[in-house]
Amino acid sequence: MRRYFGRKLLVYGLTFLVAVTINWMIPRFMPGDPVQSMLARANVSQPAAVEAMRAHYTSLFGLDLPLWEQYGNFWAALFRGDLGTSIWLFPTPVTDVIIRAVPYTLALLIPSILLSWWAGNRFGAFAARRRWLDNTVLPIGYVLTATPYMWLAILLAWGLGIVAGIFPVSGGYSFAMRPNWSWEFVGNLALHWFLPFVSLFLVAFGGWAIGMRNMIIYELEADYSTYLSSLGASRRLIRRYAFRNAVLPQITGLALQLGVLVAGALVTEIVFSYPGLGHLILQAIQNQDFFLLQGTFLFIVVGVLVANFIIDIVYVLVDPRTRTGIGGEAA
Amino acid sequence: MRIRRRFAILGVAACMVAAGCTGGSTTPSAPSEAPQGSGAAAPSAGAGAANAAFPRNETLYTSGTQWGPPANWNPLRTWDSATGTKGLVYETLFLYDPQTDKFTPWLAESGTWTDDKTYELKLRQGVTWADGKPFTADDVVFTVELGKMKTIPYANLWDWLEKVEAVEVGTVRFTFSKANYQQWANWVYSNAIVPKHIWEGRSEDEVLNGVNEKPVGTGPYTYHSHDQDRMAWVKRDGWWATAALGKDVKPKYVVDIVNSSNEVAMGLLLQKGLDLSNNFLPGVANLVQGDFGVKTYYPEPPYMLSANTAFLVPNTKKKPLDDPAFRKAIANSIDTKKIVEGVYGNLVKAAGPTGLLPQWDKYVDQAVVSEKGFSFDTKKARKLLADAGYKDGDGDGFVENKDGSKASLKIIVPAGWTDWMEASRVIAEGAKAAGIDLTPEFPDYNALVDQRGSGKFDLLLNNERQLSNTPWMYYDYMFRLPINKQQNTVNFGRYENKKVWDLVQDLDGKKADDVEGMKQVASEIQRIQLDDLPVIPLWYNGLWAQTSNAVWTNWSSSDPATPKSPPTMWRNWLELGGVLTLTELKPVGG
Repeated sequence: MRRYFGRKLLVYGLTFLVAVTINWMIPRFMPGDPVQSMLARANVSQPAAVEAMRAHYTSLFGLDLPLWEQYGNFWAALFRGDLGTSIWLFPTPVTDVIIRAVPYTLALLIPSILLSWWAGNRFGAFAARRRWLDNTVLPIGYVLTATPYMWLAILLAWGLGIVAGIFPVSGGYSFAMRPNWSWEFVGNLALHWFLPFVSLFLVAFGGWAIGMRNMIIYELEADYSTYLSSLGASRRLIRRYAFRNAVLPQITGLALQLGVLVAGALVTEIVFSYPGLGHLILQAIQNQDFFLLQGTFLFIVVGVLVANFIIDIVYVLVDPRTRTGIGGEAA
Repeated sequence: MRIRRRFAILGVAACMVAAGCTGGSTTPSAPSEAPQGSGAAAPSAGAGAANAAFPRNETLYTSGTQWGPPANWNPLRTWDSATGTKGLVYETLFLYDPQTDKFTPWLAESGTWTDDKTYELKLRQGVTWADGKPFTADDVVFTVELGKMKTIPYANLWDWLEKVEAVEVGTVRFTFSKANYQQWANWVYSNAIVPKHIWEGRSEDEVLNGVNEKPVGTGPYTYHSHDQDRMAWVKRDGWWATAALGKDVKPKYVVDIVNSSNEVAMGLLLQKGLDLSNNFLPGVANLVQGDFGVKTYYPEPPYMLSANTAFLVPNTKKKPLDDPAFRKAIANSIDTKKIVEGVYGNLVKAAGPTGLLPQWDKYVDQAVVSEKGFSFDTKKARKLLADAGYKDGDGDGFVENKDGSKASLKIIVPAGWTDWMEASRVIAEGAKAAGIDLTPEFPDYNALVDQRGSGKFDLLLNNERQLSNTPWMYYDYMFRLPINKQQNTVNFGRYENKKVWDLVQDLDGKKADDVEGMKQVASEIQRIQLDDLPVIPLWYNGLWAQTSNAVWTNWSSSDPATPKSPPTMWRNWLELGGVLTLTELKPVGG
């Protein structure tokens, strides 16, 4: 058991190292100079004042140091939990900016990932080998998975937001409100949350449903199913065993899909102007905010790695074969 | 195994229930919003009844200024402080009305030049800071002296200001080493005064980079709250102008919404969730013409007041753009009308050859313009090229450099600025018709800023200088010397002409009320400008302002019965009359 997790942790550690390094490199190789564009925004007319400000900010952000030193400082600061100062939202610390955005992103991601996985699997299993459901669900599922997140999001925003006017199409909560612990505010929050959530849910749902349906059919045709049915076991029992076997690849699938889902959430946030991490990434790129971009990516990388690790653990718990395998090794 | 799975399902089910009931709880509130006839995104009176902080009928919703969450309330950071920091909270000594060219004493009561190099400022009595302390001459002296720190945006003031002193209660005397009257007239209305008793002792870093969380100003509003997508101000009691000038701001709350996209701004405006949108909304002319409750300053083209000039800036250090004849040929090849009508749908106005905004018309020497001006004329452009010796030697339809090498030029505008991208296509098309090989390119904004600063471009579009009290600002932008390695804000085309720069400095030395003297110098400058064309004026961008009468009325417009101050919350525009617009608003039914 220890060896299994030890190996996993080592792999995750390496991934983290590489991801952080790439993460640090990419913004620095983008064209343009963030201080320059910050000064251009400042629109100060006097060249002398501009020069003084440039020198000031370049040293403030540590951009005047040699690259390797910047890299070293980056790691040192990282372990202190300091992600630097945002250029776009100067002088707010990047950590603050991210912390404000994270609840929105998590509130979208966690329910949509878990619910779509659960509901998709259930539904796919249910639909398999039921002719009329198969004929309706399958095509819908295909259409849904093939739909790009933002396209579905735009359709929903247009249909339910603009035309029907039921849901708001932007923001985290109404502009007339301030955050407080009232039902009204929570309701408003939920109303703004609903459309981005649904667009994520639907796309993922289609994929899981199709996957599960195919797996179940495969399992129902497996020898053990035929054997069970020849023993006179009920259809229900057979299906239950088939489901258990079929769900394993789906868990692996979840681990693989996690990155895609996160990316989808980011795009969806942009469509709905939802104030989460995706929104931040877009702004950070547009404003060439190195530090914010690094910070958000870092957060996402860590998030995806942690989620994968959790799935690894879940896999061990769910699949008895892995457990005996590990147990055998440990013994 | 089974138990474990049940737990998982239970958890997920709990999630669903939670989602379900929060979803359900919104249903009762939906009908209460319905009377406003708006979608749920619109802030509405119904939602405000119980818990909401901003009752709709007391709140002014604005947008179009902030491109990111409010990050600081530092009035010295005029470029990225929260909307209204300067104007609603911190105030300036004067206001300036560009429409009538008049200075209105604001925190000052009067300002006079007692001799050529001494300026005396009498301050208004009875003005208090939001914390109750009186506003005094010391605050003004302190604010001006902040400029002695090298990184403060107005540090250069001290190149020509010798000293500033509070001579008696309420009087400040400025002694100049060189009197730049025009720049000074600009300084007194464009810089906010900060309270000495709070700012004293702050280091240079704190002054320049400080967040200044609890802004204490003299203005009509004070900090209420902010979030990632909004900035909210609340009216404070005891604003001096109510007693002194009988002016009062009616909206109790001003909520400025951070720009997300045109669609969102447009949607909010149509749902009556936004009272003043200073966003550029393409196609807004249709909404004004139709019955959508959206108004602009003029009911007909150009719909908006003019705010700045969009220039085509050629790099005068590059062949063949270093040749004035070639630049003139380009100027004559551009179909500005097509840009105004086709790209902007008449939301902007074609610029005159001098590029001076309509508000500065009196400084334009029409005689010089009719003699040396240019207009769209492809034939003339071709003739200019031929006369100057540019030939199409290889028969590809485009002229070459005089040494026979290819002259293929690029015009750059930032990617994503769709209106400019379209405009640059029109420009390129016109140039090609005249035999100039010009193609548009759309680099990322930051990359463009880089190329622009270091002079690594052929042609670009730029509109950075805004309307102000003096055309000197525009001439400073066109002609400033010396040329540095990096040209960050002015003279991107690196045009060097000592003679005209001397004239520009002459203009700076004219007193603000010496209109005749200004005109004379301006005329000489225009003569050189139109001969050399260091920049090619194209169109006047509008002061984008879409207003809705749903909650607040009496918005500024060309209608004689309404105020004339600019309807805007843009940065640096509140002191151009934006704050006066707020004092003129009337609540609907009130």
